[in-house]
Amino acid sequence: MARNSLGRDVPTTWRGRQYEPYHDPFSRMPDVDRGTRPLVRRNPGESKLLGSLRAAVERCGLQDGMTIATHHHLRNGDLLLNLLVKEIDGMGLRDITIASSSIHPVHAEIVPSIRRGVVTRCETGVNGLIGELASKGEIDFPIVVRSHGGRARSLVTSEVPVDVAFIAAPCCDETGNLNGVSGPSACGSLGYAYTDARYAKKVVAVTDNLVPYPASPVSISQSDVDYVVTIDSLGDPKKIVSTTTRITRDPAGLLIARHAAEVIEASGLLKDGFSFQTGAGGTSLAVADNIKRKMLAQKIKGSFGCGGITGYFVDMLEEGFFRTLFDVQCFDLRAVESIGRNIRHREISADLYANPFNRGSVVNMLDCVILGATEVDVDFNVNVNTESNGYLLHNTGGHCDTAAGAKLAIVVAPSIRGRLPIIRDEVTTITTPGETVDVVVTERGIAVADRHEDLKKELLRRKLPLKDIRQLQSEIYALTGKPRPLEFHDEVMALIEYRDGSIIDAVRRVRE
Amino acid sequence: MDPRLRLRRSLLYVPGNMPGMLQNIPVFASDGVMIDLEDAVPLAEKDAARILTRSFLRTFRERSKEVFVRINGLDTKYALDDLREVLPAMPDGIRLPKADHPEVVERLDTRLTEAEERLGLEIGHFTIIPSIESAVGLLNSVKTAQASPRIVALAFGAEDYTASMEIQRTKTGEELFSARTQVVWAAKAAGVQAIDSVFSDANDADGLRAETELIKRLGFTGKSLVNPRQIDVVHEVFRPKQEEIDDALEVMEAITRAREMGTGVISLRGKMVDAPVVKRAARILRTAAAFGLIEYDVSEELIHGQE
Repeated sequence: MARNSLGRDVPTTWRGRQYEPYHDPFSRMPDVDRGTRPLVRRNPGESKLLGSLRAAVERCGLQDGMTIATHHHLRNGDLLLNLLVKEIDGMGLRDITIASSSIHPVHAEIVPSIRRGVVTRCETGVNGLIGELASKGEIDFPIVVRSHGGRARSLVTSEVPVDVAFIAAPCCDETGNLNGVSGPSACGSLGYAYTDARYAKKVVAVTDNLVPYPASPVSISQSDVDYVVTIDSLGDPKKIVSTTTRITRDPAGLLIARHAAEVIEASGLLKDGFSFQTGAGGTSLAVADNIKRKMLAQKIKGSFGCGGITGYFVDMLEEGFFRTLFDVQCFDLRAVESIGRNIRHREISADLYANPFNRGSVVNMLDCVILGATEVDVDFNVNVNTESNGYLLHNTGGHCDTAAGAKLAIVVAPSIRGRLPIIRDEVTTITTPGETVDVVVTERGIAVADRHEDLKKELLRRKLPLKDIRQLQSEIYALTGKPRPLEFHDEVMALIEYRDGSIIDAVRRVRE
Repeated sequence: MDPRLRLRRSLLYVPGNMPGMLQNIPVFASDGVMIDLEDAVPLAEKDAARILTRSFLRTFRERSKEVFVRINGLDTKYALDDLREVLPAMPDGIRLPKADHPEVVERLDTRLTEAEERLGLEIGHFTIIPSIESAVGLLNSVKTAQASPRIVALAFGAEDYTASMEIQRTKTGEELFSARTQVVWAAKAAGVQAIDSVFSDANDADGLRAETELIKRLGFTGKSLVNPRQIDVVHEVFRPKQEEIDDALEVMEAITRAREMGTGVISLRGKMVDAPVVKRAARILRTAAAFGLIEYDVSEELIHGQE
């Protein structure tokens, strides 16, 4: 165990591997080369088509103790990981590591295989039941939670060597040219799978929509793909993308959004060339709506929007508020439709998006990002991983990547969630260090990190409800009371890796 | 400040039986709230609503806005319990539904006086906003508006009014025109503010804007609201225009000169400036200050002269 710079006790050795404690957001830089993958020769006439997932697992030479990866473009509609684990289980393989880009509630189906020792390690964050079971100690499944940029980094540096990557391909040809823009499982951007296609030892494209050569556009190309497998269905389209993402109607959410937009304006960043990221939540979209109106009124032309893309951002692109969208993942059908036809709506890899070790990622060019939180502490550290019950229920996404990259990282959250205050003395788990979070906006007031004296002055001048974060906390505590701290066992069940590979926090088993 | 001059562009209804909404009262920017114990609260929850309202009022000490409580009608068995439970927690005033006769207001006035004596408060501490919401209420409204010095505003309740008239309420509101005019007349005659009815469709911002513009032209000084999302639209409509602010500042300058000369009347570009003109100017400047458009502190002495 070691204490990192944020005061968290984190293991330096865990489950047979070495880890480095977090020190600060911008310094760590291991002295290594990028990873490589084996050279392969393909001659004319050789076919990559295989009859089944099982054949692909066999041809790739997957063995006990190896690592597989899938990608969460299909989100909670994904069927591939479940099918794959079932196949691997049936073949008698054991001790497999999953290094997918994320695990969703739909993947709870693999729990029996975890219990049987088929999959025994998880090099990715989890959403839903698997995290809950691990938190309760009901399954032994060590989890390393990574951000989008952090995951890309871990593949590029070979820290997580992926033996076989299975890429769900909504549209694919027999040589492995593939894209996500058409077919029954169309999901738009394939941003998370790019890095695997470049660094995994073997790459299998799995499709439910085999089209005549050449599939076009080409997102991941035939030169990176080893084998192509067809299956009946990659996923449930209804759960792959939501049909609509909507601006909130909750008055408190709207108030938070308005405050956030006022903060952005007060920061001076809202001018020609403005770049912006926000999520698909109702409040985040309401911030975008406020920003759009301000841009319209002041005739401001932005440069780019990035991250997960919604129809709302598509509108902003088409109406000229942004010149470009950088899209790692499409959140709704309008985004999927747009990425297939609008050349200024760019599909980008998680590596290009957010990897800190790649000569410069898109997040470094962000002016402002709007982020969520399950908890924030008085040092502006943010938790998005664990819930108020201590369970590990959410993956990090691009949270700490964008906070580090953007000039202005604003956390928006209701002051009270359920019965619980959002601002704590200490967050249960640190996902994103306070050193990279600039502003916390709630409906009860706005807290600004001490390093931004000018912004504070400007907010006061504009008569916005600026409050010291401790004052804001005590106002909320006056309503909610101070929650009793959760109790944990010493046993670490998950590590929260910062984007640079250092360990920012450890999640311990909950004492029930 | 003279409670009759307070800014009341937006009075937001909040159901008294919903803690989640009560706790957000400090957060929203309406000029006032009306915690509802009447129509929004089902019979089975009347007592719970009283207790919640009382508890909320006790925690909400540093008030950024006026808090009224809409009690149940004085003709119901709930009204006296409402008053007994809620008044010790110090609301600013009572919104009185079904103020059909001046006697109803007088009865409330008596109850409030009793409460003030019991609580050791200055007599007249609690204000009243009677609500005119029936044909008979309209016909008596002139006297009702003058029934108590506690009255700071007269409100119009269009939903109950149209029900009492057995007519449909429309978004364009032609059927309310005479009633609204009558309420404004009664209010102005009594020297109090006039608060228009709610606009029920919280999703129709354009409809709300049109209606608010109409009632502002008619002479209403504010509006009752059903949803916090309506606050911005109403405030925008009531936002004074720059020329109104400039005129009002000129009036205040003129009356300052007049006071220095020891008079209460002065001519400004050929027009007489006296108390009513000054009062109107003061209201515009207070509104402008509330919007952050100007920084201006209107002194009572300037409006009324030294005693």
